[in-house]
Amino acid sequence: MSELKKVPLHDRMVAAGGRMVEFAGYSMPVQFAGIKEEHHAVRNGVGLFDVSHMGEVFFKGPGAIDAVDRLMTNDPKKLQNSQAMYTAMCNESGGIIDDLVVYRLADDEVMVCVNASRREADFAHMKQMQSSDVEVIDRSDEFAQLALQGPKSESLLAGLVDFELGELGFFHIRNAKIGSVSVMISRTGYTGEDGFEIYIPRDHAGQIWDALIEKGASPCGLGCRDTLRLEARMLLYGQDISESTNPIEAGLAWVTKLERDTAFIGKPALLRLQEEGPRRRLRGFVLQERGVIRPGYLVYEHAEGGDPMGEITSGTFSPTLEQSIGLGYVDVACADLSELYIDIRGRRSRALVTRKPFYKRSK
Amino acid sequence: MRPPENLKYTKEHEWVRIEADGVVTVGITHFAQDALGDVVYAETPKVGAHFAAGAEIGVVESVKAVSDIYTPVTGEVVEVNVSLDDAPETINESPYEDGWFVKIKLDNTSELDGLMDAEAYMEFCS
Repeated sequence: MSELKKVPLHDRMVAAGGRMVEFAGYSMPVQFAGIKEEHHAVRNGVGLFDVSHMGEVFFKGPGAIDAVDRLMTNDPKKLQNSQAMYTAMCNESGGIIDDLVVYRLADDEVMVCVNASRREADFAHMKQMQSSDVEVIDRSDEFAQLALQGPKSESLLAGLVDFELGELGFFHIRNAKIGSVSVMISRTGYTGEDGFEIYIPRDHAGQIWDALIEKGASPCGLGCRDTLRLEARMLLYGQDISESTNPIEAGLAWVTKLERDTAFIGKPALLRLQEEGPRRRLRGFVLQERGVIRPGYLVYEHAEGGDPMGEITSGTFSPTLEQSIGLGYVDVACADLSELYIDIRGRRSRALVTRKPFYKRSK
Repeated sequence: MRPPENLKYTKEHEWVRIEADGVVTVGITHFAQDALGDVVYAETPKVGAHFAAGAEIGVVESVKAVSDIYTPVTGEVVEVNVSLDDAPETINESPYEDGWFVKIKLDNTSELDGLMDAEAYMEFCS
């Protein structure tokens, strides 16, 4: 563990009973009280995640939004100041370098939140946009990031911030103060619940963690982060998407704006892919039998015989649905079927196929 | 949690309780269930099946991982804990009592001699 990087709150995580594991080169808590308990805390109350391993890259200068626009599949130019959007960033072949959130902080400033495992690859890719009118800066080491998630997150945070939280819309960000600490707060998350992500100067993260825990937030680890995001059908980079998958087959056409004028990186390849049609599609699975779907399990069209028609990329037991769910790519020939079979340790189990999230919160 | 003194233990983190009639009860240890986390599924063998020591007799799955269960002894399965079908979390809540896995009628009681006692198992886990 000594070679692993530590997030600013590492010692607090350990003290709070966090079971630490390696994740993307960091020592991170997989669980505190238990994955199911933390999962339900986020669905029914409020949970707090230290996600300081995520990276923050800034684009600064008059050309900031244009530079970001040339990197992303979505349309960042549509962003008003203080707005955020989810997007993919592709290589020339249309492979996904990362999926990320772009925040337009001001006319001449954009922040991009990147996955920990992709920080260096992303920054190298983004750096090619640097020019006389835009500077690209990796400021990941300056920030800690906390994610406060769950239906009670607004009421918990309300007493601590210096503005009316109800005014902060979904996928918006603003500067704020918690006590004397200047932070940025966005109404975003990776759990399918209402919630906030708080960008904090690294040295002040501890006092804000303490304040949120004292108010009643449950400390949560990566284990329930995975069950929560999978129920909400949010993709995990490195499992569901990678440079060898593209946004069309991954179901990310909704954040791939090919019709816009910008010649963004990967656009010609993605136009070709869209015209030819993908060979496989990402689908959701709800297991109809006992057992648990896991990454790597093969998908078949029939209960017996035939070649594999797909492979699971994410799978777990859903604490909310109390059955196993998963995501995986299937050959287009099978992509419209309503049932498929997953080989679970030598036995094929029936699963319903869905294109929808497994869980959607009631508004 | 200190492992109970009256049980025998394996390096694969199963425990064995010697019953009066040449039958043993097998389960997984507190250490094993704690490492697995929330157990959501347990697949037990069929009653009447015969296994050699070291054979895979079932599976325990938690939210985050899957783990094979091996029998430490050779013999016939005479009973399985059917309550695990509906309440697999019993393995977390009561690993040494209600969360037992199977009962096996021994072919050869001398196999028990190779298992660890509580002291040795605790040392093994540390």
